[in-house]
Amino acid sequence: MPALESAQKIKARFGDLISEPTEFHGEITIKISNAERIVEVCEFARKELDFNYLVDISSVDNHGEDPRWTVVYHLRGLAHGGELRLKTGVNEEKSELPSVTTVWKTADWHEREIYDMMGIRFRDHPDLRRILMWEGYPYFPLRKDFPLAGKSTDVPGIAFTKPAPLEGGPFVTLPSGKDAIEREPRVRNPEGPSS
Amino acid sequence: MTDVRKTEFHDPAARVAQATEELHDVQGERMVLNMGPSHPATHGVLRIVLELDGEIITKADPDIGYLHRGDEKIAENMTYTQFIPYTDRLDYLAPLANNVAYALAVEKLLGIEKDLPPRCQYIRVMCEELARISSHLLGLGAFAMDLGAVTVFLLTFNEREKIYNLAESLSGARFTTSYTRIGGVMRDLPPGWTDQCRKFCEELIPALNEVETLLTRNRIWVDRVRNLAVISKEDAIDYGLSGPNLRGSGIEWDLRKNQPYLCYPDLEFDIPIGSVGDCYDRYLVRIEEIYQSVRILHQCLDKIPGGADNKTGEPVNVADGKIVLPPKDKVMTSMEELIHQFMLVTEGVNCPPGEIYFGHENPKGELGFYINSRGGGTPYRMKIRSPSFVNLSIIPKIFPGCLVSDILAILGSLDFVMGECDR
Amino acid sequence: MQTRSEIGYDSKIEGDAIVTRVDAALNWFRKNSIWPMPMGLACCAIELMATGASRFDIARFGSEVMRFSPRQADCMIVAGTVTYKMAGAVKRIYDQMPEPKWVIAMGACASTGGMYRSYAVLQGVDNIIPVDVYVSGCPPRPEALLDALMKLQNKVAKEPVLERLTAIAALKS
Repeated sequence: MPALESAQKIKARFGDLISEPTEFHGEITIKISNAERIVEVCEFARKELDFNYLVDISSVDNHGEDPRWTVVYHLRGLAHGGELRLKTGVNEEKSELPSVTTVWKTADWHEREIYDMMGIRFRDHPDLRRILMWEGYPYFPLRKDFPLAGKSTDVPGIAFTKPAPLEGGPFVTLPSGKDAIEREPRVRNPEGPSS
Repeated sequence: MTDVRKTEFHDPAARVAQATEELHDVQGERMVLNMGPSHPATHGVLRIVLELDGEIITKADPDIGYLHRGDEKIAENMTYTQFIPYTDRLDYLAPLANNVAYALAVEKLLGIEKDLPPRCQYIRVMCEELARISSHLLGLGAFAMDLGAVTVFLLTFNEREKIYNLAESLSGARFTTSYTRIGGVMRDLPPGWTDQCRKFCEELIPALNEVETLLTRNRIWVDRVRNLAVISKEDAIDYGLSGPNLRGSGIEWDLRKNQPYLCYPDLEFDIPIGSVGDCYDRYLVRIEEIYQSVRILHQCLDKIPGGADNKTGEPVNVADGKIVLPPKDKVMTSMEELIHQFMLVTEGVNCPPGEIYFGHENPKGELGFYINSRGGGTPYRMKIRSPSFVNLSIIPKIFPGCLVSDILAILGSLDFVMGECDR
Repeated sequence: MQTRSEIGYDSKIEGDAIVTRVDAALNWFRKNSIWPMPMGLACCAIELMATGASRFDIARFGSEVMRFSPRQADCMIVAGTVTYKMAGAVKRIYDQMPEPKWVIAMGACASTGGMYRSYAVLQGVDNIIPVDVYVSGCPPRPEALLDALMKLQNKVAKEPVLERLTAIAALKS
């Protein structure tokens, strides 16, 4: 399988920087322990292993854990059809890692969106500014400590926001609660139930 | 007959260079034009800030986010089934395809995508191909209307009304159907649906032939879209394009063939590939894809297990009480089904911890769902990889060098929709 | 009887001339030629386009052209989710429309924010502009939009146009 071989080649090349490839439902994932070297790994993957298509870059907020941010890259090689997932962790104090726009140009907009939604900065990005929310919006909406209803803001002349009326909701089950009582749908607003 | 463009430079870089040279002579400045979020081009709320030198564009900067509704954050607060109506509204021109994509993604996370009953797979393929036809028809109609050919818009909308009738008898809503569920579909095909579908396919071909007669060899149309905004193969791969935009540039990549899902391996169809990568190629690729979709529909209608009215009683849902809602008469009488119903409704489908990415061939490109789950009924993080978001990122590369009047032709040929781009 | 909306006409008595009140005549002209300005933002815009297409022809109600320029339109149909980022543009376009102007809030998202109760969605376009008719549905069927248009026509028919015009003239003088 091209993806597993490619993952093993990356591990052979970079040694301890890369974790053992794990497999889940047919997908291969490798973790990179030092986020600063992500550009090297991506360049190797593109040039030597022919992963020429970057499908997606995502970010996950592991609120309460360290490192807080996980940035996930999905690579694909169109010639051999293999897909690989690279994950790397960034801790909250730093909140920064190098940009891979030199390797794939499509990373440009994906990284802008991650900056806009999570607040992770990308060094050497050609044009890092907000893409979905407006310039001057003070928060990073997709963080776990930001409520779904939003917070009041006002950028005069550009836009304003008000919290949405959630009427005490949303009532959410807890993912992976240990028993039914914990998993019961309840208000899990980070700021507590709003009246 | 001389080519209209013979009097101008073909190479955009040369045009921009010539414009810059002239700028030193004439005491003129670049004009910044705001093509605002509200404009007659019917693609949605996209704002492009253009820097112009006369009629030639020197820089283009798209400004998106005017339809950002916070879908990904909403997904963290909903169970997997509660999120299905939101997926309808992503690419709102082909809602059935989004439903199928999302259901397949969650089923991949559960590990049951191979267990789907064959009838369910054929129904989903038919829904997806109908959505593809619907989306391409509207894309062509809007593309033509923006360039002045209003008749094509009315012709394609007439055919789309027939698809709306099919969707309405299938799910109850004209569009925004929310038809699929995790582990199956909402309900089986209603009686008479397959005959209606066959009749639609027969009527679509003459209408599409009429559209082709009006456009494909029309001197005005060809002059307007030929050799415009050529996207090279390297650029298409580098910028992450997908769908007809990628295939119009000559790359053979279609997820239905390269990473097949559902029952596509059993169906025969071709993938149209462009040769040049200009707007005309993308238009031709879309037209040909509609013909191929009709071909797939005919095969599905002939081969569907159980036939038109399912006399043999083929199931349409996975037979697992923990995933699919049990039938209501059992719920009211039997304890186990009652518990399943209660758990599914309050807590949602219990997914194992892990993460998956599933890419699906939507009409606009590759719609991907990256679901990071920590167990339980709600996702911990759901990222929607939308094709229109990535397709729009190539605008700063292909606009410079084109004229202002070419903007609508290029936007029409890229065929994006803002609901999906902004989520 | 004093009425603003009725145009009474009896051919035997009046022959070829219709005698009516100025109010009724002006309202009749206005209500039968409401040119919409489609503020098509999201999915409801597709149903709006379907209403303008051949099956549910909106032109037979007088809305012959969808005027994309606000200065030439009578009625703004807000079709789709209004986000906070877009709200400024919607308000500015509404301000550019000349009087008399009306607003139809089409769909759940435009009326109240719909099912998007999140940080980025304006919960109802009536927070920034005055709305005359709300249409429910997600998206509303074209028949529902045409029903809303007919309700708007009934509302237009009852407006005290002459009183307003004379009051404005009195203020100016």
